Amino acid sequence: MRFVDEFRDADKAHALAARIAALCEPGRQYKLMEVCGGHTHTIYKHGLEDYLPESITLVHGPGCPVCVIPMGRVDDAIHLASQPDVIMTSFGDMMRVPGSNGAFFDANARGTTIKMVYSPLDSLKIALANPDKRVVFMAIGFETTAPSTAMTVLRARAQGIKNFSVFCNHVTIIPAIKAILDSPDLRLDGFIGPGHVSTVIGCRPYEFIARSYGKPVVVAGFEPLDILQSIYMLMLQLHEGRSEVENQYARVVPWNGNPVALKAIGETMELRPYFEWRGLGFISHSALKMREACADFDAELLFDVPGVRVADPKACQCGEVLKGVLKPWECKVFGTACTPETPIGTCMVSPEGACAAYYNYGRLNRQRVPEAISIEPSRP
Amino acid sequence: MCLGIPGEVIEFLPEQPDLARVNVSGVRRVINVGLLSDEPPVPGEWVLIHVGFALSKIDEAEAAAALEFLEGIGQAYEDELAALRDSQIE
Amino acid sequence: MTQQLASTPPSRPRRVLPTGEREQQVLDRIERARRRRPKLREERITMSHGAGGKATHTLIEAIFLDAFRNPLLEPLEDAARLPMKGVGEAGGATVALTTDSFVVSPLFFPGGNIGDLAVNGTVNDLAVAGATPMYLSAGFILEEGFPVADLTRIAESMRDAAAAAGVAVVTGDTKVVEKGKADGCYINTAGVGAVAAGVDLGVANARPGDKILVSGPIGDHGVTIMLARGELDIEADVESDTAPLAELVASLLGAVPGVRALRDATRGGVATILNEIAKAADVGVLISENAIPVRDQVRGAAELLGIDPLYVACEGRLVAVVDGDQAAQALAALRAHPLGAQAAIIGEVTAEPVGLVTIKTAFGGTRIVDLLVGDPLPRIC
Repeated sequence: MRFVDEFRDADKAHALAARIAALCEPGRQYKLMEVCGGHTHTIYKHGLEDYLPESITLVHGPGCPVCVIPMGRVDDAIHLASQPDVIMTSFGDMMRVPGSNGAFFDANARGTTIKMVYSPLDSLKIALANPDKRVVFMAIGFETTAPSTAMTVLRARAQGIKNFSVFCNHVTIIPAIKAILDSPDLRLDGFIGPGHVSTVIGCRPYEFIARSYGKPVVVAGFEPLDILQSIYMLMLQLHEGRSEVENQYARVVPWNGNPVALKAIGETMELRPYFEWRGLGFISHSALKMREACADFDAELLFDVPGVRVADPKACQCGEVLKGVLKPWECKVFGTACTPETPIGTCMVSPEGACAAYYNYGRLNRQRVPEAISIEPSRP
Repeated sequence: MCLGIPGEVIEFLPEQPDLARVNVSGVRRVINVGLLSDEPPVPGEWVLIHVGFALSKIDEAEAAAALEFLEGIGQAYEDELAALRDSQIE
Repeated sequence: MTQQLASTPPSRPRRVLPTGEREQQVLDRIERARRRRPKLREERITMSHGAGGKATHTLIEAIFLDAFRNPLLEPLEDAARLPMKGVGEAGGATVALTTDSFVVSPLFFPGGNIGDLAVNGTVNDLAVAGATPMYLSAGFILEEGFPVADLTRIAESMRDAAAAAGVAVVTGDTKVVEKGKADGCYINTAGVGAVAAGVDLGVANARPGDKILVSGPIGDHGVTIMLARGELDIEADVESDTAPLAELVASLLGAVPGVRALRDATRGGVATILNEIAKAADVGVLISENAIPVRDQVRGAAELLGIDPLYVACEGRLVAVVDGDQAAQALAALRAHPLGAQAAIIGEVTAEPVGLVTIKTAFGGTRIVDLLVGDPLPRIC
């Protein structure tokens, strides 16, 4: 697969690993945060940490848009889906996120119709095919996904579709990063910057991290070599005493972002004064809702949404995991009461959550795994 | 959720200027290219696909540069390995 | 700026990050928790329970195994092996019995239809028990309004599939339910076959040093069904791999005495079988990503959808656990048959880590391959 396989090449990984190791000052420990859940997923899925020296620790950040949705919003969504004649559409990642009375899967067993879709546009197809139903799209995601929701709304308007609306839970990345930077518990040396969010917002928004907080940022792609190269670039900055924003993912990320995408968001959405993030509490200007001009597509206005705030279960330590203060296995209930089958918190449910990634991929004492076996590759 | 896959643009759909057919490893999919309306892609160009939309074009020159850098590091590594091995034959 | 390498660079990919003591304690605690009897917490059935992953296993153990418990059921293999004293020649025979229900949507897809699955699926469950498949039953639940022409097509496919597999459909049943139920047509087939003397296949037989083989590229069926649903605007030239495997199995068993276990990889994919091996035999399983055969288009579709081919259903592929010393002959025997032309050795059974499946990724790192809870692709077979 072009633009994918070349960036998974094991031979180049050895070379980068050696360079990274050589840049480590003896006796110094380094903590680098990857903000994006997609990066956490890649790191564990490809066993990338095997290439890093002991002195570098990767800290998993809050960039998982499913993970930060509070239980109350899940309850609200299920309440919406329970209204007469409603078909809710949702990305697959949301289907098992627990609210206070089960997840979307459980709600379906009780009679709601919540369908999994791969694109917000699929909701329009369903709306057209079911004129007597009201289709509500559960919109989640950072700035990566908001433009797609925006374009879908604009398309619905252009096509005169009246039975479609959006339950908007889009969040923005910069306030989350700022919350991390201002957190007294963390001492990070640098950031592996979000990749796909940056295709929309560009690289400039991260400049305050380098300038005001003095931490280097490298915007990284999602293949394992991308991340490894980004770590190399961060270590080089630290070695040379620089703190800048660099773009490792230049083949995809334009420095100035995507103006068309930003315009589409601006036409359809606006910032909420504040929004509750699971584990991080209320953050101002950190989430989007439908603009007044698009009130006819705003499910929160068209339907009556309870908006009850639900506290996380006492046992849940997602907040600390999301901030990178705790490693997944350090959470008291990790792997015992909280498993992918019986998740207590979102970090375990979302495929990009740090706990899910560690449980599903990383829960391994590598010293017990026998050395590489020699097996013929199946491809000639 | 961050899932973005590179795909090659094959053709535009006749009556729908916003829709294009892309090829990912032999799999063909129709996606919306409306977010690239400033500089619409042409057949043969590659785009990044996310939830049914093209978010960005893939800059082949940058991709080549990235690979060159990695090749370079790889080559230097090979050279040093070889030098190390040679220096041990004593 | 020149960098001197500090010491001899590793010829293998990595620095093994030693697992700290605290982390190891947590890992041990988790292993103990996983070994406890699973509890069914839900009050209602959800789609996850049908996926073939953790939720399905929990349901089976908590409800069915609990209710029906007996030694013939407990191994939970693809077919039950039943000693029949006083039956057949010379003091008795062992009969294999299996059943499967088919609820695939859509009913017709590239490479076949629900009828093909209904015959081949059951034939294969018998074949991997080391039995010669002989007789099938077929029960139909039909939705009011279902076109007779479609039913005829399905029946004809079943006739042809049965002929190709050398079995006869000898009994059956038909029910009709009101419009809105049964999604057109559901089929259940049960099958019996004769197990040859001395054949004792089972995943619990796996032991360290054994090699693991698959008979061909994985994930074809699941991806075909997904695309055939037409919800995704994705086209590809893939078709279901549904096929009867009895002949392939016979030639493998004939060539290689040291086959420990055979499974056909359906719902839940190859990853589910590997986990069943690790759990049943108390061993580790280590596979190599580069060795796993996957068609380019299946890979492309899987990447697009964000799913892993290891969990995607097949309908005509087997997974074999074979004595390590005989792996090469096993591979040759599979490849000599048209259905095994792209067979490959994908990994081996290890002493540690017990109960875990690990994979050496193409990138060179190592990670676990666990059971999923649900299935990314519902109603595949």
